[in-house]
Amino acid sequence: MSLSYSTNTVTLFLKPNPASGVPIYLQLKEQVRHACETGALRPGDSLPGIRALAESMVINPNTVARVYRELEQEGLLELRHGVGAFVAQRGTTRWTAARTGQMKAAQKAARTFVGELRRRGIESDEIRRLVEAELATSDGKVPLVG
Amino acid sequence: METSVKQAYAIETEALTKYYGDFEAVRGLTMLVPKGSITGFLGQNGAGKSSTIRMLLGMSRPTRGSGRVLDFDIANEKQSIEMRKRVAYVGEDKRLYDYMTVGQMIDFTKAFYPGWRDDVEKKLLEEFRLPLDRLTKKLSKGMRTQTALLLAFARGAELLILDEPTEGLDPVMAEKLLELVVGAAADGASIFFSSHQIAEVEQIADRILLIDRGQLLLDTTLDSISTDFRRIRGVYDTAPVMSALALDGVKRVAVDGRTVSVMVSHNSVTIAERMRAQSATAVEVSPMTLKEIVLESLKRDQS
Repeated sequence: MSLSYSTNTVTLFLKPNPASGVPIYLQLKEQVRHACETGALRPGDSLPGIRALAESMVINPNTVARVYRELEQEGLLELRHGVGAFVAQRGTTRWTAARTGQMKAAQKAARTFVGELRRRGIESDEIRRLVEAELATSDGKVPLVG
Repeated sequence: METSVKQAYAIETEALTKYYGDFEAVRGLTMLVPKGSITGFLGQNGAGKSSTIRMLLGMSRPTRGSGRVLDFDIANEKQSIEMRKRVAYVGEDKRLYDYMTVGQMIDFTKAFYPGWRDDVEKKLLEEFRLPLDRLTKKLSKGMRTQTALLLAFARGAELLILDEPTEGLDPVMAEKLLELVVGAAADGASIFFSSHQIAEVEQIADRILLIDRGQLLLDTTLDSISTDFRRIRGVYDTAPVMSALALDGVKRVAVDGRTVSVMVSHNSVTIAERMRAQSATAVEVSPMTLKEIVLESLKRDQS
């Protein structure tokens, strides 16, 4: 058997995990953001159509539509009538650069925090439980997955 | 969507009831399935899912109560026929006419449905590589299923009612079926499907309805399950006052020695605070999966 390639943007995203406690729409939203932050998607790049993405991830098309709509409101995406969704140009949003810096700093903070707990002998699944419990109690909002 | 937005629901039932002799299979079921949604219909075997679906499809008459499918009255014979032109049904038994070939079966079915999707037919024929001139009775089990799916999904139905659609399918076909469901939803169809596979319900549904002993037990969205449903566990120093936990959002309370475990559908922050105020130490709030919520909801009360 030969190795098969796919150059479709659809393969950019992983299938969401419904049992993670994070709504599928937030998981997908975070994946789109992440793809923009890492440069996997660049300004002007087109995103898969709602139907194509829903079929390839086997998730509800309403979920995809909602993610695209919300990311448009946040300025990350541009929806062009009849054409589809695109990553917004840098000129129209300062989102990407600013957010990339923020996320890098947050990642560093998370590493320090996890390292500290490990030194105190807390196991990985205990840390996960603590963080989840904290997020669940603090404001009713849920964690975003990266 | 081509259909008008004159009513927001694909399925509406009001106190729907079905007796088989003395046995009450469906007991006053009132439920709404919004148009354009993918709604998972959950419940144990014998909970009344198939009885409900049979009534919705006009295959059996309600003993009491009423129902509308795509705004057609399910108890009215004429309206029921109109409704069935717009609804596709896939059950566990994939019924085909034995004396027809696959090709004849497709042409025959196509004749009844003006909304027939040639593109879907073509795509699925290529994908499944079905032998068009083979008699359907000579098909393998897998090919029978594929033929039935092609006939259901190419009809261009406004509503798909699926009863345990992935039962008996191999993992590849099961995933293919979900993909077809998602594709139909992208075309604007409403989907109502019963399933025991909680993972697949979580994957594609936006709403769930859980029934037990013929009655509605839970009606919620998958988003709400992720963001609002919580399990709160507290360890008490002194015996807790149970009545103080009768708060908005509390669904179930279980006591095991000094540990109290509460399932809440919303309002978790207030409820956790109340438990702390009641001398509970180590109050822990954690998210719940759909599976946990279903199992917890179906636990019989010990009274």
